[in-house]
Amino acid sequence: MENFTPYSALAGGALIGLAAALLMLFNGRIAGISGIIGNLLPPYQRSNVGWSLFFLGGLLLGALSSRLFDKNLTDIRIDMPLPVLLIAGLLVGYGTGLGGGCTSGHGVCGLARLSPRSAVATVVFMVVAGITVFIVRHLIGTGA
Amino acid sequence: MFKNLSALFCGILFGSGLVISQMVNPVKVLAFLDITGRWDPSLALVMTGALITFGVSYRLILRRSAPLLEQRFHLPTAVGFDARLLIGGALFGIGWGLSGFCPGAAIAAISYGHIEPVWFTLAMFGGIGLFRLIHVGKII
Repeated sequence: MENFTPYSALAGGALIGLAAALLMLFNGRIAGISGIIGNLLPPYQRSNVGWSLFFLGGLLLGALSSRLFDKNLTDIRIDMPLPVLLIAGLLVGYGTGLGGGCTSGHGVCGLARLSPRSAVATVVFMVVAGITVFIVRHLIGTGA
Repeated sequence: MFKNLSALFCGILFGSGLVISQMVNPVKVLAFLDITGRWDPSLALVMTGALITFGVSYRLILRRSAPLLEQRFHLPTAVGFDARLLIGGALFGIGWGLSGFCPGAAIAAISYGHIEPVWFTLAMFGGIGLFRLIHVGKII
C-alpha cells in the first residue's frame, strides 16, 4: 500500500460530492457524467444541451486549473495500446448508456440516495472491473 | 443563463475533485481495482468522501420544494432490476478495468495534454452515441 494517498483522496472525493450537491441545489440535476455526455448526443432534448455543455466544459477547466496549483507537477500515465484504449472507450460509453450510469451517477449519487438499482450496478461494475484487471495483469499479463 | 453558470461552477469543482483525488490517473484507479497486486485503497476513500458530502447535503436539499434555478428536481424514476442494468454495468466494468478511465476522469485527464485521453473520450462519446441511436426513443 505504498502509494496510498488517504488525505487527497478524501478531500478530492468531498469536492466531487459538493459539486454534485450544488448541481442538485441549483439545477435539480444528478451529476452523472455519462448521462450528461448523453445530453450532448442525438436525439437531443433542447433543455438539456446548454447546462450539460457548461458542466463538461467546467470539468475540463477545473482539472486544468487544479493542475496549475499542483506544485508536484504530478503527471498521469497511460500504458494501454491504442486499440485497447478505443475498445475500452466504446465499452465504457455503451455500457454506461445501457446501465444508466457510471461511477458518478450510480457510484456516488445513486448510492448516496440509497437506490437499489445503483447499488446493484455499482457492485457489478466494480466486481467486473476487478476481474478484468486480474485477467489482464495476472493471467495474460506480466503481473506488473 | 444562470443555469449554465451554476453548471459551469459545479463542473469546475467536479474536475478539481478528480485531479486532487488523482482519480484522473489510470495507474491509481487500476491499482485500486488490482486487489491481488499492490493494492491502493485510495479510490475507496474518494467514494467515501463523495458519499458523505453528497449523502448529507442531498437530504437537506430535498427538503426544498424545488431547486433554486429550475421548476422541479429531476430525479431518476427507474425502479427494479433488468438485464440492461446488469449487462450495461458489466460492459462498463470491462472497459473501466481495461483502461482505468471512467467517463468523468477521462474528460478531466485531457487537461494533462496527452493524446490518449482524447482518443478514449472520442470512443466513449461514440459508445454513448451508439447506445442512444439504438435504444433511446424506445426507453425514454
